[in-house]
Amino acid sequence: MSLYQDVTNKPWDQVGLPDGIESKPVFAVSNERLALTVFMIIASVVFSLLVVSYYIRMNIGDWVPMSIPTQVWLNTALLVLSSVFMQGAVFVSHKQLSVSLYSGAGLLFGIGGLFAIAFVAGQYQVWGLLADTGQGIRSNPANSFFYLLTSVHVAHLGGGLWVWSKSAIRLTHAATSDHFHQTFSLCAVYWHFLLIVWIGLFLLLANT
Amino acid sequence: MAYVPLADQDDAHALHDPQSFVTKYIWSQDHKVIAIQYGGVAIFVGLIALGLSIIMRLQLGFPDTVSFIDPAFYYQAVTMHGMIMVIYLLTALFLGGFGNYLIPLMCGTRDMVFPFLNMLSFWFYLLSVLVLLASFFIPGGPTGAGWTLYAPQSISMGTPGYEGGILFMLISLAIFIVAFTMGGLNYVTTILQARTRGLTLMRLPLSIWGIFTATVLGLFAFPALLVSAIMLGFDLVLGTSFFMPAMMELGEQSSYDGGSPILFQHLFWFFGHPEVYIVALPAFGLVSDVISTHARKNIFGYRMMVWAIIAIGGLSFMVWAHHMYVSGMNPYFGFFFATTTLIIAVPTALKVYNWVLTLWQGNIRLNTPMLFAIGFIFTFVHGGLTGLFLGNVIIDIPLADTYFVVAHFHMVMGVSPVLVLFAALYHWYPKVTGRMFNETLGKVHFWCTFLGTYAIYLPMHYLGFLGMPRRYFEMGSTDFVPASAQALNANITLAAIFVAVAQILFFVNIFWSLRKGDKASGNPWGATTLEWQTPDTPPKHGSWGDELPSVYRWAYDYSVPGHKEDFIPQNEPGEEYEKTHHTSGGHA
Repeated sequence: MSLYQDVTNKPWDQVGLPDGIESKPVFAVSNERLALTVFMIIASVVFSLLVVSYYIRMNIGDWVPMSIPTQVWLNTALLVLSSVFMQGAVFVSHKQLSVSLYSGAGLLFGIGGLFAIAFVAGQYQVWGLLADTGQGIRSNPANSFFYLLTSVHVAHLGGGLWVWSKSAIRLTHAATSDHFHQTFSLCAVYWHFLLIVWIGLFLLLANT
Repeated sequence: MAYVPLADQDDAHALHDPQSFVTKYIWSQDHKVIAIQYGGVAIFVGLIALGLSIIMRLQLGFPDTVSFIDPAFYYQAVTMHGMIMVIYLLTALFLGGFGNYLIPLMCGTRDMVFPFLNMLSFWFYLLSVLVLLASFFIPGGPTGAGWTLYAPQSISMGTPGYEGGILFMLISLAIFIVAFTMGGLNYVTTILQARTRGLTLMRLPLSIWGIFTATVLGLFAFPALLVSAIMLGFDLVLGTSFFMPAMMELGEQSSYDGGSPILFQHLFWFFGHPEVYIVALPAFGLVSDVISTHARKNIFGYRMMVWAIIAIGGLSFMVWAHHMYVSGMNPYFGFFFATTTLIIAVPTALKVYNWVLTLWQGNIRLNTPMLFAIGFIFTFVHGGLTGLFLGNVIIDIPLADTYFVVAHFHMVMGVSPVLVLFAALYHWYPKVTGRMFNETLGKVHFWCTFLGTYAIYLPMHYLGFLGMPRRYFEMGSTDFVPASAQALNANITLAAIFVAVAQILFFVNIFWSLRKGDKASGNPWGATTLEWQTPDTPPKHGSWGDELPSVYRWAYDYSVPGHKEDFIPQNEPGEEYEKTHHTSGGHA
């Protein structure tokens, strides 16, 4: 029974098993994939509300646009690489029967995570750089938002890195590729999501 | 072998019961144990909030009589009472408690799809409660900024709890939101993906629809609270000026400049109004099932009820600024938000009509759960109608910040959901414990609570009409509030103490019945939904024995013509029934 049929039929008129003996999930995806999708929608709401607040606060009058340090470009490149390696792990894991952290898909997955850690370290360095040049968090609302948006983004990446680290530890022992294919796939999706969010935030911060 | 969550395990899969006390009752991943853990903590913290309300009432009814109630403590009591009741009791008990217990059982699955995450959800919730309560024991005590935590008040010097209480509150809220998100992802995924065979969406009981929609609302609304808490935390700890304007603080110019307090209010109420429905929608769902079961009638207008829940959920994101008519926001907003507020009353009223029409000509059993359910209809209509007044700008302006508002929101989202909680606690008590509660004690508890709450809140409407402002520690003498109002306030306090003491009856009943109550059969109410059809009562780990149930019909086959009993369980196959059903021309 399709979702449309389900929500439009008259349940009191039907007796029996409309879908046969198999239980019928609403979406033809794994539970983990659905939960991740819902989580990404929630995270999008968080970032959307921050961006709305940004625009409202921007129009109050004491806003001085900040100059974005060059290193942010480098950090962005690190995050792009991180995403590329994660996707590479997904592609390669299709062709492997077993995976481990030290070769093939597992290695790509590990390197992808390391690039994300490098991104976080890079962002931390940018915060210090800004503070050293008198553009600390209290210097102007534009700067305050820079720290706020980047730290919330890093916190989301931190959640992803927690999952990544658990999987990386498990990957120190070789396992079947089937087992890890979903993990790679979910991590890659989340990484791409955070990359898109970051590019959006970067454009916002650099242009306003 | 890959780990397969319990909810996804097939019938033949062996169930491994947790053996040790720790895995069974402490680090439990069983949704039923987690539900009881959630419920226990929520009720415990709710009792603290109840105690705080009595402290407030003592001051209002008998000013300057109790020596330890000073203005700071009064505001701390107000704040903690509100926040605990709304977030840590009602949200947690409806979704963490009833959601956890009922979703897998009503969906015919063995557990939530992510049991470990579910367990983490509870422990994060407990942590959030402990952080909140810890603020009572730090220098300066908990925050006294009001449960809305409005900036700049909440983080300005001079506000009680400025020293640390407000920070504890913000941290606690952030942890609670993490806990809710972990639980919420579980509820949504389980309901959408793990229903048993034959259980289509339109066969789900309304309890599940209410819990599901409220969870979705929570998942989308709590981010607004999280964002406002983070930004307020930045203002407090790091000295940014997101919400804090330039102002004088205890006679000196503060370091803040240019922030927008109205922005905080918009963010807060973008969460705050859906929060009303995060509490109300599960209550709507649960009460629908209680009413239908004890009226021995199918719920009137099932599909309309489902769509009304969804419509209310959607509209609840478009009414937030009706809390802000007097905040100084652009007055043109008022017209828009008054209109959407009136629109949301339509599906809400439909639900009330349908409850009443379900009762109409039903074979009503006036037992304790049903009394509480019917009591809810009264208080909800009452609180809903005063909401129509306050939703209109022109009437809200003179009534804003008076006791009329206090009376309104307590009737609609204090008393009403609590009456549903009691209805549901009594209704599902036999399934959870395997024992029946004492009916007489339950009925006495109902009448004391129902009449007592009216004795508290009806006079408050009148005080509001007089113009008595809320949030004041004491009134002093005014021209517009007569001295006799104080007598009314004293009576309200006595009624509040009476209602609070009457709750002892509930606890005596549930604890006494736990040991001494009559043994409950698996389905003592003759209910149709799946949770009453488990092979064991209370259900064991995995709930369903060797085989998951199959669902053959909707959740409301009560008093079907031609059937020998006045209910047909959802898992009863239906050849015989089908014939009688179609020859009798249906019943809905």
